Amino acid sequence: MEHADRLPAAARPPSRLGDLAGRKWFWPVVALGLILLVDAFVSRGFFSIGIVQGRLYGSLIDVLYRGTPIALVALGMAVVIGTKGIDLSVGAVVAIVGAVMTYLIHQDMAAPWVLILTLATGALCGLWNGLLVAVLDIQPIIATLILMVTGRGIALMIDAGLIVTFRSDFFSAISTGQVFTVPSRILVCAGTFVLLWLFLRRTSLGLFVESVGGNAAAADLAGIDARLVKIGAYMLSGLCSGLAGVLICGDIRGSDSNNAGLFIELDAILAVVIGGGSLAGGRFYLGFTVIGVLIIQTLTTSILYSGVPPEYNMIVKGVVVLIVLLLGSRRFRDRVFGVFRRGAA
Amino acid sequence: MNAVDAQVPRIELRGIDKNFPGVRALDGVDFRLDAGEVHALLGENGAGKSTLIKIMTGALAKDAGEILLDGRPVEIDSTGQARALGISTVYQEVNLVATLSVTKNLTLERQPTRHGLISWRLANERARERLKRLNLDIDVERPLGSYSIAVQQLVAIARALEEDTRVLVLDEPTASLDAREVELLFAIVRDLKARGIAIVFITHFIDQVYAIADRISVLRNGRLVGTAPAAALPRLKLISLMLGRELAHAEDRRKGVETAAGGEPILAAEGLGRRRYMGAFDLRIGAGEVVGLAGLLGSGRTETAKLIFGALRADSGKMRIDGKPVTIRSPRQAIALGLGFCPEDRKAEGLIAELTVRENIILALQTKRGWLRQLPREEQESLAREMIDALGIATPDAEKPVGQLSGGNQQKVILARWLVSRPRILILDEPTRGIDVGAHAEVVALIRRLCKEGLALLVASSELDEIVAVSDRVCVLRDRQKVGEIVGADVTRDNIIHTIAGG
Amino acid sequence: MKERYLPILATVGVFVVAYAIGGVAFRNFLSTTVLGNMLTDNAFIIIAAIGTTFVILSGGIDLSVGSMIGFVGVAMARLDTLGWHPLESGLLLIAFGTLFGAFQGFIIDFCEIQPFIITLAGLFLLRGSCFMVTLDSLPIQHPFIGVFSDWHIALGGGGRLSASALVMLFMLAVAVAIAHFTRFGTNVYAIGGDRASAQLMGVPIRRTTVMIYALGGFYSALGGVVYALYTASGYPLQAVGDELDAIAAVVLGGTLLTGGVGLVAGTLFGGLIQGLITTMIDFQGSLNSWWAKIFIGILLFVFIVTQRTIMRSFMLRRAA
Repeated sequence: MEHADRLPAAARPPSRLGDLAGRKWFWPVVALGLILLVDAFVSRGFFSIGIVQGRLYGSLIDVLYRGTPIALVALGMAVVIGTKGIDLSVGAVVAIVGAVMTYLIHQDMAAPWVLILTLATGALCGLWNGLLVAVLDIQPIIATLILMVTGRGIALMIDAGLIVTFRSDFFSAISTGQVFTVPSRILVCAGTFVLLWLFLRRTSLGLFVESVGGNAAAADLAGIDARLVKIGAYMLSGLCSGLAGVLICGDIRGSDSNNAGLFIELDAILAVVIGGGSLAGGRFYLGFTVIGVLIIQTLTTSILYSGVPPEYNMIVKGVVVLIVLLLGSRRFRDRVFGVFRRGAA
Repeated sequence: MNAVDAQVPRIELRGIDKNFPGVRALDGVDFRLDAGEVHALLGENGAGKSTLIKIMTGALAKDAGEILLDGRPVEIDSTGQARALGISTVYQEVNLVATLSVTKNLTLERQPTRHGLISWRLANERARERLKRLNLDIDVERPLGSYSIAVQQLVAIARALEEDTRVLVLDEPTASLDAREVELLFAIVRDLKARGIAIVFITHFIDQVYAIADRISVLRNGRLVGTAPAAALPRLKLISLMLGRELAHAEDRRKGVETAAGGEPILAAEGLGRRRYMGAFDLRIGAGEVVGLAGLLGSGRTETAKLIFGALRADSGKMRIDGKPVTIRSPRQAIALGLGFCPEDRKAEGLIAELTVRENIILALQTKRGWLRQLPREEQESLAREMIDALGIATPDAEKPVGQLSGGNQQKVILARWLVSRPRILILDEPTRGIDVGAHAEVVALIRRLCKEGLALLVASSELDEIVAVSDRVCVLRDRQKVGEIVGADVTRDNIIHTIAGG
Repeated sequence: MKERYLPILATVGVFVVAYAIGGVAFRNFLSTTVLGNMLTDNAFIIIAAIGTTFVILSGGIDLSVGSMIGFVGVAMARLDTLGWHPLESGLLLIAFGTLFGAFQGFIIDFCEIQPFIITLAGLFLLRGSCFMVTLDSLPIQHPFIGVFSDWHIALGGGGRLSASALVMLFMLAVAVAIAHFTRFGTNVYAIGGDRASAQLMGVPIRRTTVMIYALGGFYSALGGVVYALYTASGYPLQAVGDELDAIAAVVLGGTLLTGGVGLVAGTLFGGLIQGLITTMIDFQGSLNSWWAKIFIGILLFVFIVTQRTIMRSFMLRRAA
């Protein structure tokens, strides 16, 4: 900011474009566009969509298909981060939920009931996190670390230490089936997104979440119950992770507690940060979070399609995180670009 | 004039100016401090005390003016340099690390080493020596945080005091001490003074000023409004200096005192209080009435306001609204009962900087409606527009994050938040702090209009003129006690000052 | 009794009680063999946790520990196929780990980004690098491996103090000296206790932060070397999630996760408690290994909540 006056006139972008670049959604959308552009050149047919065996088929569909579990987790994470929190336990919750779901299916319970109880389990995990954060006042990283450490143990306990499989047409349909050629999990995810958006943006809850994340003391004085909002946010995150767990386990038709949702918390946090959510709290963007997920998933899929060995995937992700973080750091921008500008002037 | 003036001052500040964006924090301030004197520096919040101190101790750079140390001009660019010149500071909140031991706090970054490793035996010895200078004999290996604040304060002084310390700045050192601890501290201050150290003593306790200070300087709105020997400055005169200028326009005095003083008050508090925060007090506010809360900094103005609003939970007393007993345990309940509260510290307690002007304005109204009944977007926008026009909030549009507005406009946004929530009882804590003159008049006019419409107002302010101008009745506070109530035509500067001074 | 020793007493107390329970419940539990094995098996994680202790004491967190261990392992295995001596490759990788840590520390301070997210990026980068080195498990076949694993000090009663355990104990002693007898060590505690005050008191924040994470990188890389020598192999999925074990060892060792309070020596016991739980479950036979995670999680919860209460009383005293 302080260097703006030293900018030579020519280097100053036209105000319209400058305005655009200042918008939160600008960079994520540009990044997604760039990746897709590169794909268009590198791998032929990246954009072609066809119907194979009564089902939409193509790289783009694949991106959407594989991205759904991350997207669900990231949506919940976005809300938690909006309250100035973080939820590290989402991967463990996926494992727990998978184990509970498998257990209930083996109890011959009716599928809809299994679904309800499974999702309730996710919400319960969130409630635990929320109580630690909001009532016991433990830092979110640490509070959710407890469940992160213990969660897979609990899941393995339910599974009795095995990879338990099941057969359920209901859950297979939800996870891997299709409705009018569209993969059903994409519909599940889209539906969740719409519901969440209505729930948070068509009521004042979204505003309350952002108020609590922006300034908890001020929110309290304005009459918002900051505790309740925080607990609610973690429960929402648990619920979303639960749904992600249903999709993941419905896919493999079983509960693999050691691997289900492994590292998903990292992808989810990354997606939220790419989508403009600040870890310092105060704002969350459901739509841009989904764009963040698309960026991550497109990157992963592109690496797969472009013939680069998949091993590069994590490194690429690591570099992307780093770049996003550095560009997001005001101090870094001021120091580094400040030097360039001074040099130019 | 007298013998003290003849000698060269230990440190002298001449014509110090300091500007912050939009605020003139210091305006041509002269300040002199002699060797072996305790010089009290007084003023309300935002008067410029801490800015002056920070310039003296190198934490802030001055915009204009000069500093002379023992008659020689010096440039103080950093705290390290100030320290090298023999200027040390002890801040209000103990700026030490509570989890470290006393020794570690006293020797941080200067521990004695032997063979490259720290010798804690030697370090403990040195720590004990340092404390001995202050007659303090404690176990130096225990964590600092395990001692009382008074002891922590003394340890902070011990760390600040070097062999060559010539100027010691004590910034509100007694804020959290009890009477016995204050005496302990004062004994040490007198001892230091006898050794020729020049001491700046910042406090808001008038009694303590007279107990320890040789001279007193008062700052107000960034200007030095007076310096005098303590013996030559009567208490009344001092309070008058601190609380601001004589009222320029007598007609500003609110005349509409015909309000229903005898009728049932909207809000009545009986014996409301909380241990350590505010002594039990009674307070009544009627419809259309403005009650002022007057008192010096630290007298309990903000605490009174927060107790009524439920932001501080009362541990004694009762409240009635419209004659019906109520218990308010949280701001949420208070808002539901028709109260509103504009806090003093808008950055920490009012603004949600990331949110837009519109969102900040409708926040309280929205919480009142509940989360399900979202205010339609058009209504939000029209309310925001209305308030932006009515209060003259300078913003390009209602969708700008409020953190990007200037201080005065931020204050107006918070005021707007409560106005749109249509409270029946509104509490304003320092409503005009940081607001420019034009906006000041707007806010006062607005307050009057609201009262005509039947709003009950409680205004806490450090600006006596403001209190006199708007209040029908004034509650006077001193040392966290309500000490008097002045009604109607008796509400004058003099009466309030007399009551504060205990006359 | 000094307050600072209370948390470690709690830790040692838990360890002793658990050890006693094991002794009563299982035959041969109290032998030196079990003790020696426990020290050896957990040496690498305790070494890594020592570095994490410094990071947590300063109020930070390091999530790159597990990936660092994994990366050092595969890199050593790869260099072994190129004919490097494990000691040479080990030293090289320790130097790399230290620099990597220093880089993380620099970014954390320079860009004012939360440590957790930067070290998360570090986790990605290092784990990704593992996969680039190899996709399969690579053996380390240098004869030095045999020398390292055979070398030991007899404890009497059949138990052995292995080279891994000795390296761990020696590096623990070094860490204790750094933490308690150098200015750097005191500065770590000061930054963790109250960063703003520490800065006002003249602690060089930038330099100290860089050194803290460098030390974290050094110890986790060393942990990786010990692990590679101990398992005689490198595998890209090695030590996934071990940063959590390291953090748990630190917390169970009585160090406050909020920073400023704790003893490096406590981490040894924190690590051993985890080892003890695993060993007891092994002895018990019918319980599965996941119970260890649950027990550790419960212990973590109890420790964190207790710490929170202790810190609250600290705060109240300051505020009153």
